[in-house]
Amino acid sequence: MDELIEHAEIDGELIPILDEVADPEIPVLTVLDMGVIRYAKIIKTREAIVKLTPTYSGCPAMDVIADDITDAFTKAGFKVSIELLLAPAWSTDWISERGRNAMEAYGIAAPLNPIADKAALLDGEKIVKCTLCGSINTKLVSQFGSTACKALFKCEDCLEPFDYFKCLK
Amino acid sequence: MNNILYKYILGIADNCLILGQRLGELCGHGPSLETDIACTNISLDLFGQVRSYYQYASQIQGEGKSEDDIAMLRPEREYLNVLLVEQPNTDFAYVMTRQFLFDMYHYLFLQKLQESNDNTLEAIAKKSIKEVSYHLRFSSDWIKRLGDGTQESHDRIQLAVNDLWVYTDELFHQTEDDKVMVSNGVGVDTSVLKDNYYNSVSEVLISATIEVPESKYFQKGGKLGIHTEHLGFLLSDMQYMQRAYPNMSW
Repeated sequence: MDELIEHAEIDGELIPILDEVADPEIPVLTVLDMGVIRYAKIIKTREAIVKLTPTYSGCPAMDVIADDITDAFTKAGFKVSIELLLAPAWSTDWISERGRNAMEAYGIAAPLNPIADKAALLDGEKIVKCTLCGSINTKLVSQFGSTACKALFKCEDCLEPFDYFKCLK
Repeated sequence: MNNILYKYILGIADNCLILGQRLGELCGHGPSLETDIACTNISLDLFGQVRSYYQYASQIQGEGKSEDDIAMLRPEREYLNVLLVEQPNTDFAYVMTRQFLFDMYHYLFLQKLQESNDNTLEAIAKKSIKEVSYHLRFSSDWIKRLGDGTQESHDRIQLAVNDLWVYTDELFHQTEDDKVMVSNGVGVDTSVLKDNYYNSVSEVLISATIEVPESKYFQKGGKLGIHTEHLGFLLSDMQYMQRAYPNMSW
């Protein structure tokens, strides 16, 4: 659980509550897995502050995430105020290992390092692994996929179309 | 001073809003599903950035206006975007050329805005540049594909480059207000970006077998609120709901 809160300040008591809140667009990930929670502290009895950072500026999931966090805290008997943080800007490095695995199992290839990412998206190098059969004989279909954070790929062996989560660093 | 900062923020933000609106017009009308989704995704990034800018602008202005008020309730002459971003979606070659000519500027501009001594602008720049680097890759890629593609696609990109070139110089114009912002370390001195811009743009155009226009005749005015005829039509569409049903909200 420790790696979930790396680079962030989160009170241990609040982790189980936050770990119940799923990302609305990738429901197998929690907001902790995504690394969008930068700060969560209890300020007085049954009252907490949560600071969130958006993945992409225009990410439409942010408002839903804020609502879901409020619901989860209310259910746990907490009053919560939520703030949006712009700095430091979110990075795909903050996605947890558990999150990367869950993402892959869900059919979304996890982000590569920045150099490999560029090679895959720009130079058409075959390095993104198909989430269904594991082949790297894959092809970029579009640099923008079903959401701003993903690109669309196709496996040329098993023909599965799949999303690749772009590296943002 | 606050009014100057307010206008400076609008100058940056309005570029994102108007280009985002233009790209949004392609929703459901892109030449292929993938490009349709790409253009609207870029639009979404720009709208996201614009929200951060307008929220900050509203805070600076201190009149309790919402980001929507700032986006939707100004008359044409109060929009401070450059002329380039309001040019219409004539065909896909124009869409990509407009995007490429803007993305290159946007990227170089944000690189410098990250050094602003205004913390909010610095934060927005650091966030946005990650997104804009993808936009620039996408549009550069299409310039090369179409420019170095078939005779037809080559000719169309060349035509779009020739036509839109006239709006590139304005990107580097500085109003009196801009100069105040530069001198106090908030704004970006765009004059130092110019050589790098034209060199980088030319490099992509040449690799796309497109001739770099030599014309030295340029258009300007957007940064002072004097626009081409196209902005009025864009706004009448964009502001329709607020004009027809004042104060409506989602």
